[in-house]
Order: sequence, then C-alpha cells, then structure tokens
Amino acid sequence: MVATVEGMADQIRKTTPQTESHSAPANTDMDVSSTSGQRLKAELDDLLDEIDEVLETNAEDFVNNYVQKGGQ
Amino acid sequence: MAILKVCGIETEYGIVTRGFDVSPVTSSSMLINAYAGSMRQKIGWDFLDEHPSVDARGTVTEASFPPEIETHLVNAVLTNGARYYVDHAHPEVSTPECLTPRDVVLYDRAAEEIILRSIASVNALLPDGQEIGTFKNNSDGKGNSYGCHENYLVSRDVPFGRLASHITTHFVTRQIFCGAGKVGSENGAPDVPFQISQRADFFEEEVGLETTVKRPIVNTRDEPHCDPLKYRRLHVIVGDANMSEVATFLKVGTTALVLAMIEDDQFPDWLILRHPVSNIRSVSHDISLTSTCELQDGRKMSALEIQQHLLGLCQNYVRRYDDPTSGDADEILQEWESVLDCLKNNPEDAADRVDWIAKRRVLEGFAVRHGVSPLSAQLRAIDLQYHDMRIDKCLALRVGLRTLVSIDDVHRAVTNPPIDTRAYFRGTCLSRWPQNIVAANWDSIVIDTGDEILRRIPMMEPLRGTRAIVGELLGAVTTVEDLLLSLGSADTPGWDPHMTPEPGW
Repeated sequence: MVATVEGMADQIRKTTPQTESHSAPANTDMDVSSTSGQRLKAELDDLLDEIDEVLETNAEDFVNNYVQKGGQ
Repeated sequence: MAILKVCGIETEYGIVTRGFDVSPVTSSSMLINAYAGSMRQKIGWDFLDEHPSVDARGTVTEASFPPEIETHLVNAVLTNGARYYVDHAHPEVSTPECLTPRDVVLYDRAAEEIILRSIASVNALLPDGQEIGTFKNNSDGKGNSYGCHENYLVSRDVPFGRLASHITTHFVTRQIFCGAGKVGSENGAPDVPFQISQRADFFEEEVGLETTVKRPIVNTRDEPHCDPLKYRRLHVIVGDANMSEVATFLKVGTTALVLAMIEDDQFPDWLILRHPVSNIRSVSHDISLTSTCELQDGRKMSALEIQQHLLGLCQNYVRRYDDPTSGDADEILQEWESVLDCLKNNPEDAADRVDWIAKRRVLEGFAVRHGVSPLSAQLRAIDLQYHDMRIDKCLALRVGLRTLVSIDDVHRAVTNPPIDTRAYFRGTCLSRWPQNIVAANWDSIVIDTGDEILRRIPMMEPLRGTRAIVGELLGAVTTVEDLLLSLGSADTPGWDPHMTPEPGW
C-alpha cells in the first residue's frame, strides 16, 4: 500500500519553484507582497477543497489517539 | 572575531501505531531498525563522550534533573554524518555538523526523507492493517512536549551569563517568524484559540539544565563534543520544529548572526528582557503582534519592534565583521527583512514561509466554510495533520510553502555528508569501511582492524576532517589499515596532528 520512496519524494516538493527563494529588492517588496497576497487569496478556496478531501474523516479519534510521552 | 557558526538541528518526531499497540520505545526502535536494515548498515554510537549533566554555569546548587543517557536504546550513525536514534520515547534524527544555515535546511530535509524511507520500510514489514506513523511537531495538544533542538558552536571565551541574557531576547521574540502555530494552550497557560508557538507554553525558567521538566529558555548543558578549552556548543531547546524550509533557514540563520554579534560584544545591554518567561508566552499568545515586552531600561517594545532592532544591529554587524555563516549572511538578512516587513504590513503575505501564518490561514478558512467553533476537534485535527509525515495526508505540503533546496540535493544529502565539517570524515569512513567501524560519535571514530587493540581517531576540531583537509588522504588509501597509517604519519599529505589515531576505547 505504501508508494515507492521515489514517488513520494517527487510529490513532496511539488510546491513553488526555487527561483522565488531570493527576495525582491526592498523598494518593490510592497508590490510583490500584494501580488502574492492576491494569489494566496485566490488559491485559498482550492486549498480548502483539497483539505476537505484529505482531512481525517474522524477528526475526534485522530486527535484523541494522538498521545505522546513527553520528550526533551 | 566570532568563530564560524558550525550548527545543526536534532528533531524528535511524534510517533503513533495504527492497528496494533506497542510502546513508543518499541515502535521507534522498529522504525530505526527497519531503516538501518534497508541500508544494510548499523554502526553503534560511542557514549564515552556523553556528559549531559555538566552545567555551563559551573557548580549549581538548586535541584536539577540532568538528562540520563539511554545507552540501551537503538542508536545508529549514518553515512551522511547524522545520528538516528531513540531518544526518550521518540525517534530522533540529529543532522551532521553544518557550516551554513542553508546546509542545516538541506540536512533537516534529508532527515525528513530518512523518516519517510524508514516508514516505508517498516510498514512494508508489518501485516496489512498495521502501520507506524510520524509527525514533525512538538506537542500532542495534551500537555506532552518533545523537542527540536539547535546547536551552535560558540567561543569558550564568551562569559556564559552574558551569552544567556543576550540571546534570550532573540529566543523570546524570534517565534514571530519561526513559530509553527498551535490550536489552544497547554501546561496551565491561559486559554487561547490559537497561538504562535508549539513550545512556548512549556518554558518555565530563564536558565537551567533540564530539558524534560521545568524547561529553561536557555539550556546550560555544557557538552561541547569538541575541544572544551576552545568551544561551547550552545544547545537550544526553545524552538519549534518547522515544516517551512524558509522558517528553518531564518531560525538558524538569525540565531547564528545574533550569537556572533554577542561573541564580538556588539549586542547592546539595553536590549535585555526583564521578564523573559512571561514574555515567551505573551508573545506566543498574541497573534496581533502588538503586546509589549519590558526591557532592562524600562522601555516597552513589541516582539516585532525588538526583531527590527536585532535586524538593524545584525545588518551593521555583517558590514563590519566577517560573515560567521560562511556565505549565507546576505540571504539571511534579506529574508529576515522581508519577513518582518510582511509581519508589519500584512502578515498573511508571509503565509508562503511562516508556519503559524500558513496554518492559521487554513484554520480560519475552514472554520468560516464549515462554521466550526474554535478549539473544535476538526481544527485540532488540521493542526496535527499539518505536521503529518504521510505524503497523502500532510497539510504543510499543500499550503504553498516556498522551498530552498531541490529534491535531488535532498536525496544526495540522505547518504552523503557535508564536505566542509568533520562530518565529511565521519560519513566517508562509514560508507567506505562499515565493517571496521565499531562505533562513532560526534568527536571520534573507533576502528577495529582485527588486532587486539581498537583504534580511536579523535575529531576534536569541528572544522577539520573536511574534504579540503583529508580528501586527498582518503583518496589515496584503500584499506582501513592504510588509513590509520596515513593518519598517524607526519609524512602524509593532509596529515593532521589532531586526528592521530590512539589505542584503546
């Protein structure tokens, strides 16, 4: 039932491309931020659709069964 | 001048079993054994150097509970220089020593990949209907916390009291960009629907030796794992485990810069908090980022304002001093400035890099869409599932977090060590002569050549044993006997008196 490790690895990085890792110069930060804010808002509905799909069906059991022994 | 900030992260993962019931120590051991088995490698850990009860303040009189060494638990050293073991009741991966914060991100991601491969290996061995699961978070939401610790190399010359009081300012306030977010509160803290940090509720002291009870903001464990006359290893227990690579980069990068600034005595005395223990909670509990902390001179500033001051100080510091992060300083300062600008102007814009903001955005959206109340099981499930390591369940993978390292580099880092610290020597020896290495730890390797006497190779200098220093020597030898001869011979290129083999264990 477990997907291959390679397959998992490919999925894990399906996020935004690396080129965005460098910040824009300070004087354009506001523009970049507002564009990215609008993009994030537009994506929120899609994201919530996906969350509805993957969220554990029995949230109560999922949360209650998560008990850890303390660590450091 | 501040010394280079060799650094690393050790993460305890939450662990669950589904469809069967064993103790977390057993399930953690199964996980690690399955990985070591799949790699056909199991090198033990050498505990000779472990002294977790030594206190950086010297003798302390108050009752304290030093951590115990659990030598009976599963322990493995990996070819990438990392340590993978059972700590208390959790699987833990310690990254190898890294020279740059970016490498810490890479090896922290490699640690996640190691956990994923372990899960795949162990679950393949279990009967249908049984599986082990892991979570990269720091709390079960029921009062039990487990750590994500950072380590930084600091000069022994810095008085510990000054180091502690100065770095506390950063530890209390940096959570506004490296907090992982949590639904509710724990450990007797006032009720809140959501807070910035997973860990803040668990800190009850300013400075101390404990790590599992009455946790201190600054941990005094004095166990340098290198030359104790020259170095300290600042063991940081106050941070959250981050799902966001940028948050990990900022957490480690900003801390390395602030520590270097303290080392060079460029940290101003007025920027010390009067009430750090109450502030670490009040900052975590205030998602509006407006509550204030009282400084030593009576001034009051928000965590964001304090961070803006620290950024300005570090910008000046880096202009005047050598980069203590070996080339990452410019990127750290840019990311730091950018994230503080977002937090000031429109926090939601940081949802692509700050875990608590990304998580909160989903929680809010879900609550509005489904009309659920704060602290409901569904919101707690979203909180937990954000950190779920299962690819098909992990919410952090779906919220659009920006990445810093490529998956190809992560795959390479699973088996290959960094080239610019002693982890290079450790990892290379482990991959070339696994059958001859009896044990290894941070500052030595013990080799069995079949003789009666075992040989220990000391590695007391974190910046020796690099590819630049021992690469040629390693390339020229075939057998482990040749390696020992070369390391012990002053005629060998790359010979290093610090790494001369010595007899015995």
